[in-house]
Amino acid sequence: MTKPQNKEPVEYWRWKEYQRVISDKSWNNKDIITAGVDVGSVGSKAAILIDGEVYSWGITRTGSNSPESARKALDWAIKGTDLRLDDLKYVVGTGYGRVNVPMANKAITEIACHAKGANYIWGPKVRTVLDVGGQDIKAIHCDETGRVTSFLMNDKCAAGTGRGMEIFADLLQIPIEDIGEASMKIDEEPPPVSCTCVAFAKTEAVGLLRKGWSKEKVLAAYTSAMAVRMSNLVKRVGLEKEFVITGGQSKNIGIVSRVENVLNVKCLPSPEWKTGGLDPMIAGAIGAALFGKALYLKNQKK
Amino acid sequence: MIFIITYYGYTDGSGEFYIVIDSIKCTGCGKCIKKCPQSALEIITEFIDLEDKPVVAVNEKSRKKIKYTCSECLYDGKTALCVKACEQDAISTIWKTT
Amino acid sequence: MTKTIGLDLGTQAIKVVVLNDNIVLSREKMFSGFDPSKAAKTVLEKALKTANLSISDIEHTTATGAGVQMASNIDSKISMMSADAKAGIHLFPKARTIIDVGAEEARAMKCDDNGMMVDFVVNERCAAGAGAFIEAMARALEVKMEDMGPLSLKAERASPINASCVIFGESDVVTLIHRQESKPEIARAVFDAMADRVSSMVHRLGVNPEVVLVGGVAKDVGFIASLKRKLDIDISIPEYPEFAGALGAALMATKRARRSKK
Repeated sequence: MTKPQNKEPVEYWRWKEYQRVISDKSWNNKDIITAGVDVGSVGSKAAILIDGEVYSWGITRTGSNSPESARKALDWAIKGTDLRLDDLKYVVGTGYGRVNVPMANKAITEIACHAKGANYIWGPKVRTVLDVGGQDIKAIHCDETGRVTSFLMNDKCAAGTGRGMEIFADLLQIPIEDIGEASMKIDEEPPPVSCTCVAFAKTEAVGLLRKGWSKEKVLAAYTSAMAVRMSNLVKRVGLEKEFVITGGQSKNIGIVSRVENVLNVKCLPSPEWKTGGLDPMIAGAIGAALFGKALYLKNQKK
Repeated sequence: MIFIITYYGYTDGSGEFYIVIDSIKCTGCGKCIKKCPQSALEIITEFIDLEDKPVVAVNEKSRKKIKYTCSECLYDGKTALCVKACEQDAISTIWKTT
Repeated sequence: MTKTIGLDLGTQAIKVVVLNDNIVLSREKMFSGFDPSKAAKTVLEKALKTANLSISDIEHTTATGAGVQMASNIDSKISMMSADAKAGIHLFPKARTIIDVGAEEARAMKCDDNGMMVDFVVNERCAAGAGAFIEAMARALEVKMEDMGPLSLKAERASPINASCVIFGESDVVTLIHRQESKPEIARAVFDAMADRVSSMVHRLGVNPEVVLVGGVAKDVGFIASLKRKLDIDISIPEYPEFAGALGAALMATKRARRSKK
């Protein structure tokens, strides 16, 4: 049995802090400029929208102090633009630490924001979102406006989460970044491991290795079991096209292809944020900022 | 038909255990909260259609051990006390052991 | 003089009890390892040797445990619940609630005044519900399993840990250690979490005295203390709690051997 690493738990897929501005946009004081700040357990994201369209965003790591992380994320979103904090007409805080976004006019649940943001990024056709994070799995069904109709969160059991995959990668001594591709290096898809439980699956894996299975085959069997698990959660909330996968595991081709297989549905591809597309990580922040605009307008009518 | 359904609980190796709440049907009356012998339910505010609506949810302390919390009520296919108490049909359960 | 054997094929260890008219002649235990059938054969031979018997002296062998499906050369099988209940009543005639916490599973049995099992509840397929949880936390704490109990007794309170999953729990422990939280308090949190789960399981049956605790985890003073606190009732523990399953199987073997002699 491998000993757990004696270091702070790290984010499964390592990502860089960065900020981006959509340079061909401009703003004036008549525009409804809103911001959403999403403080997650690992990353803090902020997005600035002009009249409901994404203008800039920033992603930083959440530190031990939530209000500071919120401030830092918003500063990053503002950096590179010529906006000041005062120009923001409405700020919505969300996420794990939504109550700790000091500059927010309002706090809204992260699920509502995530669904709204997914609707913005992928369009009104998206209906089902599978979000696989480092420590939880969320299955969301929404309508064409991005309003949540059904929601399930699983943070009780590590199976399928980034953390669970990390344990398995560790056991098989395969670098985490390669885990997706490694699980595809097999001649024939093996049956899934019988244990959902990561702790028990580890024992099962050791037995399979002793039987002569290659690391890749064992990984495939485990990934398959995890894909089945995630698919069951999606079916619980109701699978409807279009379907998207967000979160760390969205970059794991072994999981994505198997989930698509089990559900018999292809998921929409994620935008390439590296080449200018919207980063799915900021879905929550975008959604929050969109709610900000709606709330601002509602207040104006009073 | 408008519905907003939240599944509180989990699926693990031993089965699927959820308390299911429909936030549109729920009026926040709290009858189920009073009937729960484990004090597992509470009122939260949900943001629905730009308004803050009080609805019932499973509290944090009970959510991750729902199988244990609700076992007395739900074992052997019985109907849970919270489900019986609700006049709006807003709360239901999923209880499956593998 | 009915000589019988009870064989408990647990996922972690195989236990054997040899009886002569329900008096224990020997009890032996061996880790299943990667070749459980080989281990079973070895420990069986050892138990016979200690009892000064040969296999031909044995009238009936009954097997139980998670690995019972793969048992060969046995006369009959019995469920783990029935085995535990039988052993519990035999050791403590007034036992009405029997709790077995093993390495990978936990279960509780309710017995009536005639010593018959009338209800049971099982916790399986999730490592957090059994001894595997303690084992994993001990590893994360870098403490030997046998030291966890005594360590936890030094604590006045329990640290907050994520007790719903072995994997999350391990991460939590690593974080807590980084934050210099005391090991006794973390150890106590582990046992309190286990006791919480086990007691919820037992409450489903109703906590009727006498309460008997068996299984590998029943040897752990930390768990016993936490469970006593949680159930708020006295708990009886036999001298060799991890042999309860094998004992129960052997007792059943005696019953069956005698029945077939008539």
